[in-house]
Amino acid sequence: MLRDITLGQYYQTESVIHRLDPRVKLAGTLLYIISLFLFRNFLGYVVAAVFLGIVIRLSRVPFRFMVKGMHAILFLLLFTVIFNLFLTPGVPLLTLWKLTITREGVEMAVTIAIRLTMLIIGSSIMTLTTTPNNLTDGMEKGMRPLKWIGVPVHEVAMMMSIALRFIPILLEETDKIMKAQIARGADFESGNLMKRAKAMVPLLVPLFISAFRRANDLAMAMESRCYRGGEGRTKMKPLVYKGRDRIGYLCIAIYLAVSIAVGRLPVF
Amino acid sequence: MGIIKTKDLVFEYIRRDEDGNVEGITTAVDQVNLEVAQGEFIAILGHNGSGKSTLAKHINAILNPTEGTVWVDGMDTSKEENVWDIRQKAGMVFQNPDNQIIGQVVEEDVGFGPENMGIPTEEIWERVEESLRAVGMYAFRKHSPNKLSGGQKQRVSIAGVLAMHPQCIVLDEPTAMLDPRGRREVIRAVRGLNQVEGITVLLITHYMEEIIHADRVYVMDGGRIAMEGTPRDIFSQVERLKELRLDVPQVTLLAYELQQKGVRLPDGILTVKELADALQGYL
Amino acid sequence: MSIILDHVNYIYGADTPLAVKALDDVCLQFPDGQFVGIIGHTGSGKSTLVQHLNGLVKATSGHIYVDGEDIYDRDYDRKKLRSKVGLVFQYPEHQLFEIDVFTDVCFGPRNLGLEKKEVELRAYEALRKVGLPEDLFYQSPFELSGGQKRRVAIAGVLAMKPQVLILDEPTAGLDPKGRDEILGQIKELQCTTGMTILLVSHSMEDVAEYVDRIIVMNKGRVMLDDEPREVFAQYKELEEVGLAAPQVTYILHELQERGFQVDVNATTIGEAAKTILQAIGKKKTNI
Repeated sequence: MLRDITLGQYYQTESVIHRLDPRVKLAGTLLYIISLFLFRNFLGYVVAAVFLGIVIRLSRVPFRFMVKGMHAILFLLLFTVIFNLFLTPGVPLLTLWKLTITREGVEMAVTIAIRLTMLIIGSSIMTLTTTPNNLTDGMEKGMRPLKWIGVPVHEVAMMMSIALRFIPILLEETDKIMKAQIARGADFESGNLMKRAKAMVPLLVPLFISAFRRANDLAMAMESRCYRGGEGRTKMKPLVYKGRDRIGYLCIAIYLAVSIAVGRLPVF
Repeated sequence: MGIIKTKDLVFEYIRRDEDGNVEGITTAVDQVNLEVAQGEFIAILGHNGSGKSTLAKHINAILNPTEGTVWVDGMDTSKEENVWDIRQKAGMVFQNPDNQIIGQVVEEDVGFGPENMGIPTEEIWERVEESLRAVGMYAFRKHSPNKLSGGQKQRVSIAGVLAMHPQCIVLDEPTAMLDPRGRREVIRAVRGLNQVEGITVLLITHYMEEIIHADRVYVMDGGRIAMEGTPRDIFSQVERLKELRLDVPQVTLLAYELQQKGVRLPDGILTVKELADALQGYL
Repeated sequence: MSIILDHVNYIYGADTPLAVKALDDVCLQFPDGQFVGIIGHTGSGKSTLVQHLNGLVKATSGHIYVDGEDIYDRDYDRKKLRSKVGLVFQYPEHQLFEIDVFTDVCFGPRNLGLEKKEVELRAYEALRKVGLPEDLFYQSPFELSGGQKRRVAIAGVLAMKPQVLILDEPTAGLDPKGRDEILGQIKELQCTTGMTILLVSHSMEDVAEYVDRIIVMNKGRVMLDDEPREVFAQYKELEEVGLAAPQVTYILHELQERGFQVDVNATTIGEAAKTILQAIGKKKTNI
C-alpha cells in the first residue's frame, strides 16, 4: 500500500511534456498554482481543469496513475474540507450537535477541495514528467539570481534531488520493517491515539537508523566520485531553450490571461 | 612503483562511551604493506571485521592513515591537494547497491562522476555510452535504478566509476547483498574490465569462488595481512583458512578430504575438471 | 503443527497494468517437525510464499489451513497465528530498536500479552538458544557485530515460542564462519525442540547439509519438491532456471562420465568422499 504513492515519482514515457525544459514546467506549475488562488468564480476552475486535462493528455501519463497518488493525501484533503465546512462563520444551513454548517462554509469547503485537488495533480504532473535530476537542474539554473543574495541554490537543489531519489526506497523499507514488527506481534492499527503513537517507536527507530546509514553511505559514494559542490561542475544534460519551450511559455501565458480574465468575471 | 602501494599502514579509531569518554582504541588496519602493479587482478579476502573494508577506503582517500603511507599512482593520499586526482584514478564501488546510485535514471547516474570532474558535455555522453556498454547495461540507460535487480544496480555503479576513466577500481564487497545470479553478473563484468580494458582491480570479498581468477590474493585477519599468494597457494591451506573464518570451494575441500584419506592429489585444486583429471590415474 | 496450502495464488498489483503473478497455483503441505529448504532466486516468489504462512500477505485466491483451520475465515485469530508461525525477515537486525538486547527480545512475548515474569523467562531462554554470550544481554543491540545482531533478531522471534519457524535468508551478508554458525544453531534448535523450520535461501550448497526436503520455486510456481538428492539429480533443469546444484553434484557426474563407479546422489562432501574412495578403493592399494 505504501508503494502506491506516486507523488515525487518519475513516470517514464516519451511525450512533449517530458521533453519540455524543466524551467518551463517549474514556471508553469508555479503560475498555475497562483492562478488557482486568483479566481473569484467557478468558471475559472473550469478553464483551469480544461488546461490541466490537456496537459495530462499530452503527458501520456495514465490519469489513473495520478489519481492513485492522491490516496496518500486524501486524509489531508478531507481534514481541510471538514475544517472549513464547520468553522467558517456565516449564514447557518444545518446544525449538528454543537457544529454548524454555513452556506459560506460549504462554498469555502468546495472551493478548497477543488483547489487542492488541482494543485496536487498539477504539481504531480511536473514530478511525473521530469526526472529529479532534470528538475534540480531547472531549479538550479532558474533560481541562479538568488545566489547573489547568498542562497545556496546548488546545494538546495542537490538535497531535493537526493530526497526524491530516496523516497521510494524508504517507503519500501517502511513497509518491510512494519511487516517484520507485525510478525513480532506489533499492532499499528488499534488503540487510542496515544497508544498508536507509542506503537510507532518500533517502526521509527529502525527507519531513522537506516536512513542515517544510507545518508552516510551515499555521502561517501558521492565523495568517492569526486563530488565537491557546484563549483566547476559540467552538465551531462545542459539546459538550452528550444522552440517547443518558447511555445510552452506562450501557452502558459495564454492560459493565464484567459483563466484570470474569465475567473474574475462577476458572473456567479 | 605500482599503481597502489602501502607502507606500514596503520589505522586506529577511538571508541567512546555515551558520555564521550574514551573507552579504548581499536586498530582496524595494522602494519599493512602491499603493492599492486598496473593491470593486476587482486583479491582481498577476510571475514567480517578483519579490516579489509577499512583498508579499501584508504585507497580512495576516504580515510587517512594514522601511521604509514598510501600511494596511488605515486601520489600520497594524505596530501589534501592529491585527493581529487586520487579519487579519479582509483574509483570505488561499495557494498549496498541502493546507497551509491545518485541519479534517478541510469544514464544520469553514470554521468555524475564526469560531471563532477568538469568534463565537457559531449564527452560525458561518449563516456556514459562506452561505460554502460562495457558492463552490458546500455539497453537499460533510460531506466530508473529502482526497477533493476541487485546485480544490474551494481553494474551501473561500476559503469559510474568507469566513466571517470580510472586506472584502478576498488570493489568493496560488491556481491555481498546479491543472489548467485547477480554475483555471477558482477564478477563477469569485473573480469571483463580487467582483461579487456586492462584496468587494475582490487576485489574485496568473502566468497571464495570469486577469487579463483585473481592474479594474487591477500587474506586479512585482525587488520593484518595473514596470507598472501596465488589462489592455488591460498586454497592449498584449508586448515589455515578455516582458522581465519573462511572456507574453500567444495571441490577444493573434497580434494583435501581425499588427501587426508591417503589419496595422492596435488594441493589447491580449484575446479571440477582439475579434480577429475587428477583422479584419472586411479581409474 | 501442519500447514496446508491449497491452490494459492497471489497477484501483485492486481488491477494495474503492471500486475505480476507472484504465486501461481501453489499447493504444499508442511507436516510437523520437518526441516525444509525453500530455494529460488530473487523474484521467484519464495519470500512472498512465506509471508502468506503467517498472514502478513493475503492470497488473491486459494486457502491456507493451519492446524486444520482456514486462516482466511472471518473469525480466525490472525494475531494468534503470528505467535504460532514465527517469521524472521531478511536482514532482521534492521528491526532492532530497544535500548538493550534483552528488552528488544522481550518485545515479541510482551505483545502476546504475557505476564512480565513469563516474558523475561522466554527472552532469556531464547537468547540462550541462539548462543549469545550472557555478558551481551544488557548491551545496546547497535554495538554488536553483524552475526550477533542477527542472533538477537532471531531470538526476538523465538521468544514468541512459535511452533513453526521461518527464516528468510538468515545468512545473507555473513562471512562463511558466521554462516556455518547460524545454520548449525538452527539445526540444533530443530533437533532439540522438534520445531518445523522453513529456511528460505538462494544457495543450494548452504541448505544441502541441513534440510530433509527442498522446494524449488521458479516464477511463482513450485518447480521441484523432494528430498535433496532427488532435487539435485535434476541439476540440468535447475541450471535452465538460473540455479545450480552444489558443486559436489557436478564433481560426481563428471567422474561418472569418465567411468568412475560413484554414487552421483551424494549431497555432502563427506558422502562424496566416501563414494569416491569406494570407487577408487581397489586401485589405491595397488599404487
